[in-house]
Amino acid sequence: MGKYLEIIRIRFLMMLAYRTNYYTGIVIYTINIGAYFFLWKAIYGSQGSIQGVTVTQMTTYVAIAWMARAFYFNNLDREIAEEIREGKVAIELIRPYNYLLTKVMQGLGEGIFRFFFFSIPGFIIVAFIFQLKVSFNLTTWGLFLLASIFSFAINTQLNILTGLMAFFLHDNMGFIQAKRVIIDLFSGLTIPITFFPIWAQDVMKYLPFQGISYIPSMIFAEGIKGDSLLNALLFQVVWVILLCIPITVIWYKAKKQLVVQGG
Amino acid sequence: MFYLDLFFQYTGQYLKTKFQYRANFFLSFVSDLMAQAVNLIFILLVFNHTSFIEGWNRDEIVFIYGFFLVPFALFVSFFNIWDFNDRYIVKGEFDRILTRPIHSLFQVVLEKMELESLLGAITGFIIMVYAGSNLGLSLTWYDPILFILMALGGMLVYAGIFIILASIGFWSDARTSIMPLMYNIGNYGRYPINIYHPIIRFVLTWVLPFAFVGVYPAAYFLRRSEWYLYSFFTPVMGLIVFIVAVCIWNIGVKKYRGAGN
Repeated sequence: MGKYLEIIRIRFLMMLAYRTNYYTGIVIYTINIGAYFFLWKAIYGSQGSIQGVTVTQMTTYVAIAWMARAFYFNNLDREIAEEIREGKVAIELIRPYNYLLTKVMQGLGEGIFRFFFFSIPGFIIVAFIFQLKVSFNLTTWGLFLLASIFSFAINTQLNILTGLMAFFLHDNMGFIQAKRVIIDLFSGLTIPITFFPIWAQDVMKYLPFQGISYIPSMIFAEGIKGDSLLNALLFQVVWVILLCIPITVIWYKAKKQLVVQGG
Repeated sequence: MFYLDLFFQYTGQYLKTKFQYRANFFLSFVSDLMAQAVNLIFILLVFNHTSFIEGWNRDEIVFIYGFFLVPFALFVSFFNIWDFNDRYIVKGEFDRILTRPIHSLFQVVLEKMELESLLGAITGFIIMVYAGSNLGLSLTWYDPILFILMALGGMLVYAGIFIILASIGFWSDARTSIMPLMYNIGNYGRYPINIYHPIIRFVLTWVLPFAFVGVYPAAYFLRRSEWYLYSFFTPVMGLIVFIVAVCIWNIGVKKYRGAGN
């Protein structure tokens, strides 16, 4: 366990060394949030609420969804694919740690860094600029944090799965790109799941994507409460467990048929 | 003529290299298409719950998005020099460019072409035809000419802004992340300008004129006469931004001292 904590710490410090990049990052996210902020305000127009979501909840939702993205987002798919393609994975395999777990920890180190140096200051700035109404409810915040940890897990697992595809496809960059676009839409980052037509919502009940953005953001905007909140968290946990299965299977298959050229 | 000849030579070579790796070529098509589809789905989903956004209906917004895709595709195909600083300045590649007998910017453009992105223009066209027929838009004989002029104007706006940003590299070779920032600001031009705060409206019109890429020119074809002045100003704006950009580029080239070995 100690070595994995150390990996988190090292990644965190690495990010800290290049922190200036993050200030422009905050500006980019603010610009994106701004675009959706005005768009949603215009969409609501004089309507008080759409699909049971009020305009104030919606703007909070957009802002927190982007800021939470900074925490769960990582480039593990790209990193894993690159290490497989360049043959570096061979060295990683003989090191005294579990390769995939190490990757997760690196992602976590990045995520924790972004949470403190990006999400929190970013959210304060955004809340100030767009005059968001944020509730100071500690249970809400606690539940949001819990849901965010699960969302990190689901997103990271999906990243690992797409990254591992590089074992079987020689170039999976297009695949990675496509996955990213799909996640932005179906996770609820740009539009809450409740805005989809009913049939699409029914399909998405059987897909893990809404566990990434919709559930934590809605919890923060207090759009999910009571029983449905418990169900939402349960939904996330079930997916975290379910996604372990394909990863383990693919990982064992891939290790068996791994051929590294050169190196 | 020499420039045109060179352009076709480079295009020929480009296609040859791309067709060598067909699977990759195809995949980049698919992922482009998917990104466009996602943006479209967003608009369609929103209009399931409302019929107007600040006086614009669904088909009008879809039309604006379709129009936006055309100049944007042209820009990405020819002027997508976002990694200019890394590829040319930091690695000293620009020295090689300077030894070529044509204008340095043209040489960079030739080397950086991404012709597969032109497909986005076709997607945009299809979207416009779909939305336009829903709206019952009629065309006059000179509309296609105006369309070409406005699409080119929009492309020049984008091109100019990105050339100016690339030129910063001549003065400072430090990494900046302004380029991705600009891409995100550019997305504001896809939606009607009157939904934004007046300050943002002003910026999108006169400072970073991205509104001239989507909403202003599209307003002409949607027969929104209140925006006509801006619509017709599109090609002029494009030329102004582009000329300023080329001037800054030329000054930058004079300043350039070389960074490689």
